[in-house]
Amino acid sequence: MTSKKTELMVGIFVALAIAATLLLALQVANKGMSGSGETYTVHAKFDNIGGLKPRSSVKVGGVVIGRVSDIYLDEQELIPVVVMEISDEYAETFPETSSVSILTAGLLGEQYIGLTPGFIFPGEEPIYLGDKDGETKFIVDTKSALVLEDLIGQFLFGKDSD
Amino acid sequence: MSNILVDIKDMHFERGERVIYDSISMQVKKGGITAVMGPSGIGKTTLLKLIGGQLTPERGEVLFQDENIHAMSRKRLYDVRRKMSMLFQSGALFTNISVFDNVAFPLREHTELSESLIETVVMLKLEAVGLRGAAHLMPSELSGGMARRAALARAIALDPELIMYDEPFAGQDPISMGVLVKLIRELNTALGLTSIVVTHDVTEVLTIADYAYILADKRIIGAGTPDEIRESKSELVQQFLRGNADGPVPFHFPANSVKEAFIGASS
Amino acid sequence: MNWLINLGAGTLAKLSAIGNASLMLWGALVAFPRFKNIPLIIHQIYIVGVQSLLIIIVSGLFIGMVMALQGYTILVNYGAEGSLGPMVALSLLRELGPVVTALLFAGRAGSALTAEIGLMKATEQLSSLEMMAVDPLRRVIAPRFWAGVISMPLLAIIFSAIGILGGHLVGVDWLGVDAGSYWSIMQATVDWDKDVVNGIIKSLVFALVVVWIALYKGYAAIPTSEGISKATTETVVFSSLTILGLDFVLTALMFGIN
Repeated sequence: MTSKKTELMVGIFVALAIAATLLLALQVANKGMSGSGETYTVHAKFDNIGGLKPRSSVKVGGVVIGRVSDIYLDEQELIPVVVMEISDEYAETFPETSSVSILTAGLLGEQYIGLTPGFIFPGEEPIYLGDKDGETKFIVDTKSALVLEDLIGQFLFGKDSD
Repeated sequence: MSNILVDIKDMHFERGERVIYDSISMQVKKGGITAVMGPSGIGKTTLLKLIGGQLTPERGEVLFQDENIHAMSRKRLYDVRRKMSMLFQSGALFTNISVFDNVAFPLREHTELSESLIETVVMLKLEAVGLRGAAHLMPSELSGGMARRAALARAIALDPELIMYDEPFAGQDPISMGVLVKLIRELNTALGLTSIVVTHDVTEVLTIADYAYILADKRIIGAGTPDEIRESKSELVQQFLRGNADGPVPFHFPANSVKEAFIGASS
Repeated sequence: MNWLINLGAGTLAKLSAIGNASLMLWGALVAFPRFKNIPLIIHQIYIVGVQSLLIIIVSGLFIGMVMALQGYTILVNYGAEGSLGPMVALSLLRELGPVVTALLFAGRAGSALTAEIGLMKATEQLSSLEMMAVDPLRRVIAPRFWAGVISMPLLAIIFSAIGILGGHLVGVDWLGVDAGSYWSIMQATVDWDKDVVNGIIKSLVFALVVVWIALYKGYAAIPTSEGISKATTETVVFSSLTILGLDFVLTALMFGIN
């Protein structure tokens, strides 16, 4: 009873839906990078994270390499800890001397984490970022988010607080 | 196996508060045409639905081939239903498929026959009701009488043992009525099936029935062969046969007395 | 005292309707493994899905276009017109895609399903199926149910995609937003799991509810012309209200708590 024409139209319908899904996946959500694929975890402690949120991107020179997966408060030191998922594509790439800072895209834009790779001294066995053997390691060199009030405070009461 | 195909024993059925059947019993003999007559609104269609297991009686039982319809498992009931079929008053053809597909429907649902075999069977059934030329038409293109004949072809597609006709003659012109009467009789003899005809068209059905029941006022008021019915002494039966407006079956729907309604209950 | 009795009677009637609707669904869904039904489902996807495609594409296009137009006039005040992409994409994926598709679906396909089933009941087609030893729940209700549940998320995806393209049409091609920033900021903001998949889940939930309401209203309709017209109206009204109410609950569950 199902005619060929009906089947053809349903086929077109489903094909259209698949095309729309592909558009959403590749063009809109950029699934190539986020969420999919294997990642490794990097921890960093900050004094102040400003408006950083989970899912904010982690960039090196503007190239997205991962996303913030979690933000919590260290119970002893009472400072924020940011957990990042970095794509495995970049495993064993960044040495542990790398630094991270919280930056803002444009004046009103989203906040993201900028990672600056550290140096690898020639001849030495480099130690890379990332947790190993279940032991959590933190990036030491971090720069906090700029908070407007602090900035104004610094400006008013001299520049010696640095 | 006895020669009683359907045996209704002491059946009681209510719809809401209203009693439709108050302990009725009837038997349908295998191979015969049993007529069930009665005034409109008495629930004759309900009787067929009770036999088909679509409704369940409050008390009593309905036996089909000595098996209680309402005590069966769902699966068994569906198996048993393949042996019966029902011709609805409207025909109840599927309006979105052609006459051919309508008749082929039960075959495609219940058998694994090849398409060419199905076509042969469908054409044979349509030939039996004189509609072979109308196979490609849609149900909306058929007249009322033709729709009923097409539905009849569908009803006999699976060669059932029992056919129940619900008001087959209602709203038909004399010619299509004559055609239907002839068809019911011929199919019954030719295919050796058992028929139950529910109708209020007394004269037509008494010409073909082997046995008849008259239902009125929740009960069976008369039963017998057509000759016995015609010669019945019962006033009720005679009123029904002759079509008198008033009699034991009152003209008025039950209500309080005229005096009470128009002059006031208090006076 | 009287209103208490009415309240009680009303509650009981609603409860028994929900019970009957659940029984109907149960009876229909047990039937899924029947492979004979698959051509029927395809036929119903054609009726329910393909025939709704035009209204979905046209509405999606215009909603995307109008959102870009409205969003642009506000965002340009803050020099933030680059955020037009994520604004259009997120509203479509999270809210408008699933909700508007479901509302249109209820009006276009839901009402048609109710009327069709109601008429099949009124013309004794359902009864006659039963007498032919064919279960109308499995033969009539189940294929329509599955077709609806499959079609609606597909329609919602198409709606969102077309809407985003419509936003591009107005925002980039007409108002001059930079095409690079339209797509790249959208890509940076939109998350596959959180935004796209959640939108599809929403749409799936709406599909279940709308199709269920539509089929039950038809199945339980009083088989007169008046009863069917009432059932059709009720399908559209009940579905729309349920969609909007459920949308709030789902949004709170999915996006409300971070």
